Parts: sequence; structure tokens; C-alpha cells
Amino acid sequence: MSPTAAPEPEVVLRLRGITKRFGALTANDDINLELRRGEIVALLGENGAGKTTLMNIIFGHYQADAGAVEVFGERLPPGHPAAAIAAGVGMVHQHFTLADNLSVLENVVVGTEPSWRPWQARKAARRKLTELAGRLGLEADPDAPIGELSVGQRQRVEILKALYRDARILILDEPTAVLTPQETEALFATLRHLTERGLSALFISHKMSEVLAVSDRVVVLRDGRVMASRETATTDRGELAELMVGRPLREPKRQPRAPGEPVLELTEVSLEGAAGRLLLDGVSLEVLAGEILGIAGVSGNGQTELAGLVAGTLRASAGRLKLFGQPVTVEGPEAMIERQVARIPEDRLAEGVIGDMTVWENAILERYRSRKFSHHGLLRRRAAWSDAARIIESFDVRCPSAQARIRLLSGGNIQKLILGRVFALDPRLILANQPTRGLDVGAVAYVQERLLAAREEGAAVILISEDLDELMALSDRVAVFYRGRLSAAMPREEVTIRKLGLMMAGHDPGELGDAA
Amino acid sequence: MRLERREETPLLWSVLAPALAIVVSLLVCALLILAWGGVMVGDAYLLMLKGALGSVFAVTETLARATPLILTGLAAAFAFRAKFWNIGAEGQLYAGAVVTVVLGTGWISLPAPLMMPLLMGAGALAGALMLLGPAFLKVRFGVDEVVTTLLGNFIMLLFVSMMLEGPLKDPMGLGWPQSAPVLDTAAWPKLIAGKRLHAGLLLALALAALVWFVNARTTFGFAVRAVGANPKAAAFAGIPVERVMLQVAMVSGGLAGLAGVGEVAGLKGNLTLDLSPGFGYAGIVVAMLAQLHPLGVVVSALFIAIVFVGADAMSRAVAISSYLANVIVATSLLFMLVAVFLIQYRVRLR
Repeated sequence: MSPTAAPEPEVVLRLRGITKRFGALTANDDINLELRRGEIVALLGENGAGKTTLMNIIFGHYQADAGAVEVFGERLPPGHPAAAIAAGVGMVHQHFTLADNLSVLENVVVGTEPSWRPWQARKAARRKLTELAGRLGLEADPDAPIGELSVGQRQRVEILKALYRDARILILDEPTAVLTPQETEALFATLRHLTERGLSALFISHKMSEVLAVSDRVVVLRDGRVMASRETATTDRGELAELMVGRPLREPKRQPRAPGEPVLELTEVSLEGAAGRLLLDGVSLEVLAGEILGIAGVSGNGQTELAGLVAGTLRASAGRLKLFGQPVTVEGPEAMIERQVARIPEDRLAEGVIGDMTVWENAILERYRSRKFSHHGLLRRRAAWSDAARIIESFDVRCPSAQARIRLLSGGNIQKLILGRVFALDPRLILANQPTRGLDVGAVAYVQERLLAAREEGAAVILISEDLDELMALSDRVAVFYRGRLSAAMPREEVTIRKLGLMMAGHDPGELGDAA
Repeated sequence: MRLERREETPLLWSVLAPALAIVVSLLVCALLILAWGGVMVGDAYLLMLKGALGSVFAVTETLARATPLILTGLAAAFAFRAKFWNIGAEGQLYAGAVVTVVLGTGWISLPAPLMMPLLMGAGALAGALMLLGPAFLKVRFGVDEVVTTLLGNFIMLLFVSMMLEGPLKDPMGLGWPQSAPVLDTAAWPKLIAGKRLHAGLLLALALAALVWFVNARTTFGFAVRAVGANPKAAAFAGIPVERVMLQVAMVSGGLAGLAGVGEVAGLKGNLTLDLSPGFGYAGIVVAMLAQLHPLGVVVSALFIAIVFVGADAMSRAVAISSYLANVIVATSLLFMLVAVFLIQYRVRLR
């Protein structure tokens, strides 16, 4: 653990020819990779490029069909996570594996305590944890319940947990997905601090800016193969994107456009949750025709509730909601669909589509009772089929056929079908809640272009996103949620990522002064 | 060993699965026959087959037995498709039967062309209303309908018992707890003179086709399938989930209620406490064996009718209790559940 321990070999982790197949799909194809002592290597690739599979092989969750994992020169027995841990590999998952009701110390030691007289071990554990945290600069109160910590702090506990088990190689899977920009910065500082002390880290991500910011070396995966390995200092965004996607990437371009009439107006809208907690606290906003209003915020600060309100699934407990200048009295999803509100839900599989129904049935899900698809209560299947065919064609939905169950489609193609479905309403208001989350780079670009095109044609767009780069690229104005309160919308030109980050953490932009 | 979900279920397998489940359960029950009666297994099964299909009389008895099973099977299949777990078809059947004798034994008297549809409508409505309570409690307060519908069965049965000891008791019935016979104008026509098989079979077959049509071709069926497969997404898409649930409950209860009307007006002529030997519960098995497909319900109802009628005949001939029928039906349901699981998932050994 300590830097003065016995000398370690220069290469701490070596993958030799890792190949893994799932049926006809080759998830990893002859992957070779070296991680050296004190180095941060970023593993960059789109969803489905094979990053997660590779990580699961290193950690022993999967067995490779061919190839070997060597840690400190020793070959790991395949398929044994315990062996990986014993060899010094620690993993920090994207979704935390901490128990909210236990303290930091309890979470860290769980699974390592002897069943005989655990309380004696507990004292030693506390000493070890405090010493470790102090030496590595990872502050954490051992007795604080996890439930009271911020997301960034929780992640620190995850890292401590791995280090407590004497990890010398950290594998981090998309660690920044839930962090604010400031928390991300802090994580990167921690990682650099640790690697200066002889640890090594494998950092898995699909975000180019982060990869460029933190890593020493970048390994790009595509279709299960290593496309290239680059020293971070010698590469740039454009090259990485092209390696990752296989073709040059167009950045979305927002043309200046004069906004029109207000389409949606919320005045002092509040929403009370369980136990009287205000999920939305006096939210006012105005979205104009022909503009994209970006909504930023750490998840759980009111975005879901705002989306529910506009989608018609939630009702405000106070305040007024006006659509096209008319107060909205009849609520419910049906009423919103009738008013031509396009709603792109946050969770495609849970709310957007019905997995066990076919592509064409999902395509008409919002409109099955319209005159176009129903005749005296009978379903006009031919009309539905041709409508679905049109959506598949014009939105480039890749699917075996319109008769296939939609759960067989990839996330990107499901999202394109949802886009096609809501754009068929000829919408004047579009609610896009995390529209690109979890999509591959190509699909992200497609969705963003469609939203921009709708704005061009005069639709009002509410874009709720946790991807700040996306908000900055697409929005005309940006507002920030913090604990149910929405800031005033700021013109895009007055916004920086740093400012958004501070506001997402609850700081008043007025306090920032020149620092912003 | 690992389980992987199959991407597509091969059609051939979903047809073969029930057949396989039945064959395996017959093999398992063969052991039981050997241990129980020491009778040759082949002989026992042959007796069953003869008893169920060996003569015109046997066939008409089997079809008469299948009639209520088709209706309760449809009741279960239609509700289960929307993930509404109606376990109360037994009670709804009795509700239909009670209304039939209340209205059909002389209280009102109309010519047959009016009387029969009136009783059918009233019986179906009674079954539907009986399920409306549990459905309302489910959508409004989240009360588990499995519990409420199941308990409703016992309430209904005790209510029938009370009525048959009281106001519905036949004064000419020599003290037996049975109702007066329904009027001739209310009785359903027989399909073959001198046999018990009645027009209810045709009604049941027509309703099976109708339920299939509603499921597959109407906007209502579309909504029902959407609500069953993913209520959250259905609600998001503007489908009125609660209303659909209530409608499904009405249809399901109505089908079960009709089964009760048929048993009284078509078969028995009056109401007794043993009107149904568990047709409501057997309907659940019928629906599961049919994988909730309305046309499959007809086939699986026939299978179960064959087993029950056949087992009766067999137990008269050799010393094996007709309870064997229950065992065969139960094991075939268990194997069916396994078979359905296996056609949806792939087992991988590693």
C-alpha cells in the first residue's frame, strides 16, 4: 500500500488477447492493454463498444473465452472476483454499492470483518480507515450515515472501500455520471493524488472532455476492438471522436433565431410530495416558441417533477400553468397529447415504450384512439402499419421489422421511434427529459439535430439534461434546479459550465462575482 | 447453470409446450396409478379415454363439462392479460346462477326469446358487479385483488347456502337445499335430444372467438394489452389505465357469471350448492394452459373436461379414486408453468 513497500513491477495490469463472445456478438476481440504503475489510463468507447465487458472480465465477473489477465505479473484465475480483490484490484461502480442506513465505517468494513469478536476488529478498522483517509486526503467522517452524504462524498467512500481492501489498481466505471462539474474536478484531483503515491487507475468513460482532463493515456475501443492507444498530451477531441465513432462527428450547430410567443408559462408552481416536502417550490418559467430552454440540476432536485407536470402525469398543488396562453384545467397525459405536446420521457423502457408489444403498436401508442387508427372501436391496422413504416423510414429506426417486439431494439433506436411518435403530433411544445442519456454518440447527434430542427420550425423545447455540454450546445437559455427551486433562466451567452456547476450545488450566482 | 431470456419465442414451441406438459404429467400420474391401484397404467388411461370420448353419450357429457370451463377460462384469460388477477370466477359463477333462479323460476314470465337473453344479461351483470368492488378497491386504494376476489368466493358460497335454506328454497323440494326449477321458457335448448349437452357450448365457442377478436383487433383490446404489459408506459401514453382495469373486470366477471347462468338454465335446471365442482378455479388452469390465448382456452377446456369426465368413468370401473383427475390437472399446470418458463428462457450450462 505505502509507497515505500517492496518495489513493484512497472506494468501492474496486463491484458493479453482478451476475447469474449456472447452468441454471435463478439464483445471483446483480442484486446491487449497495459497499465503502468502511477498511471491513469482512460478506456474510451461508445455504449456497446465492450468497455463494461472488459471490466467485468478483469474483475472476474465474466470468464474470457481466450486471453489472460495478469496483475503484478501474476496471472489471475478467471472467474473469481475474490482473487481479483486479493491481487489488489479495486472497483468503483457507476451505481454505488453502499447501504444508506449504515455509517461510512460500517460500509467500508462490511465483508472484511471476522465473525468472531467483530467489535475488536472494528477498533483496528477505524484506526486503519482514519489513517488511510488522512494519508490520501480523502476526508470522511467514519460515523456519518451514508444517507446524509452528498453524491461526491459517497463516491469517495467507494474509493476508500476499495483502498481499505489494499487495492493498488482502481477501476472506475463511468464515475462522473452522477457528479456535478465541481465534484468531478475533486474526483480527478483525488485520482491524481493517488497515482502520485503509486496507485494506478483504469478510468472508463464515454465523455471525451473528461478523458482528456484526467488521463495520461487513452485507449479507444470500438466494436470490441482496441482502435488506438494515444498519449493524452498528443491527441485531441476531434481525433478521439473519430476513433471512437469511426467517422468524423458533426457538432450540433444552433443557428441564431428570434424567439416568438410564450408557449408554456408556469407561475409560482409548487408540488408537495410525501410528508409535505416541497418537490417543486414556487417554480416560474416561460418557454417561447422557437427556443430551447435548458434545465440543469443534479438529479432529484425537481427535474422529474417538472417533467411530470408538463407531461400530465403529475398535478401541481399550487400555482398556475398556461399552455398557448390558455390556463390548463383538464390535466392528464391525454390532454397534453391532444394539445400537441411532444413528451420524451426520462426512462425509455419504463415509461416510453411497452417492451413486449411490437414496434408498430408502440408507434401508435399515443394516438391509437385517433380517427386515423380507429374506426368504430376497431383498430385500423393497415393505417397503423403504414404509419409505423413511415416513422421507421424517416427516423432511421433500425429494426428487424415493424412486427418485432420493441425490447429487441437498441436504446438509440427505441429513442428514435419515440421521437417519430411524438413528432407525429406535429408538436408546438417538446418536453425532452434526458433525451440522449445512455445513447451512443451517433444517436446522440441524431436526437440533438432533431431537437434543433424542431426549434428552427418554431417549436418550444424544454430540454432537461444532466449533460452540461449538451445543455450548453443546444440551449438558448438555461435555468438551474436546486432543491425544488428553479433559478431565473439565463441567456446561454452569460452561462459557463463552472457557473452552472456552482448553481447546481446551491450557490447563488450573485455571490460569484468576477469568479464566474 | 445460467438462464438467459430468449429474444423471440419460436411459435412451434409455444404450441408444443402445452402438449409436452400434458404428456409429462400423464407419465408422472402413471406412477401414481401403479402405486395406488396396482392397475395396468395403459388400461387405466384407456378407460379414461373411453369414458370421455368412447360413445356419443360420453362425448356430449365431455362437451357439456367443457362449456362452463371455456367461459371461466375466458374470464381468467381476459383478466390475466391485463394483469388483473381475478381468482373469483367461482363466486361470480354462483352470482350468475343465483340471479338466474331469482328471475327465472316464476317471478317474471316472458316468452322464451325475451326470457333467455334477459337472464343471460342479468347473470352476466351480476358476475360483473361482483368483480367491480375488488377492481375499484384495486385501482383506488391498491388493495390486492387476489385476496379480495378469492375471499369473495367464500362469501358468495355462504350467501347461496343461506338463500337455499331460506327464500330460494324449493317448497316442492322435499326439504333439500335446492331452488325451484327454472321455467321452460328460461331453459336453454338441448343440442341433441335426450342428452344433457346444451346451446351454451355454441355460446361459449362464439364468445371465445369474440374475445380473441376484441383482444387482437379492437382499440379496447389494444389498451388492455398495453395496460397489462406496462401500466406505467400505458398511463404515460394517455391510456386511461384505471378505466381499462374496471372494464376488464366487468368483462371478466360477466363471462364467469354467464357460466353460472348456463349451468342452471342449460344443464341442471335448478340451483344447488354443488352446482360447480370448482369450475371457477379450474378456469384459472384452463387459462394458464392456454397461455391466455382465447382460442387456446377452448382446447385446454376440452382437455380438462376429458380428464374429469374420463376419471369419473375410470373410477367406476376400477378401484382408483376420481380425485386422480385433480392430480392430473394440477401436475399438468405445474409442468405447463415450467414449460412456459423454458420457452421464454434458455438454460445454459457452463
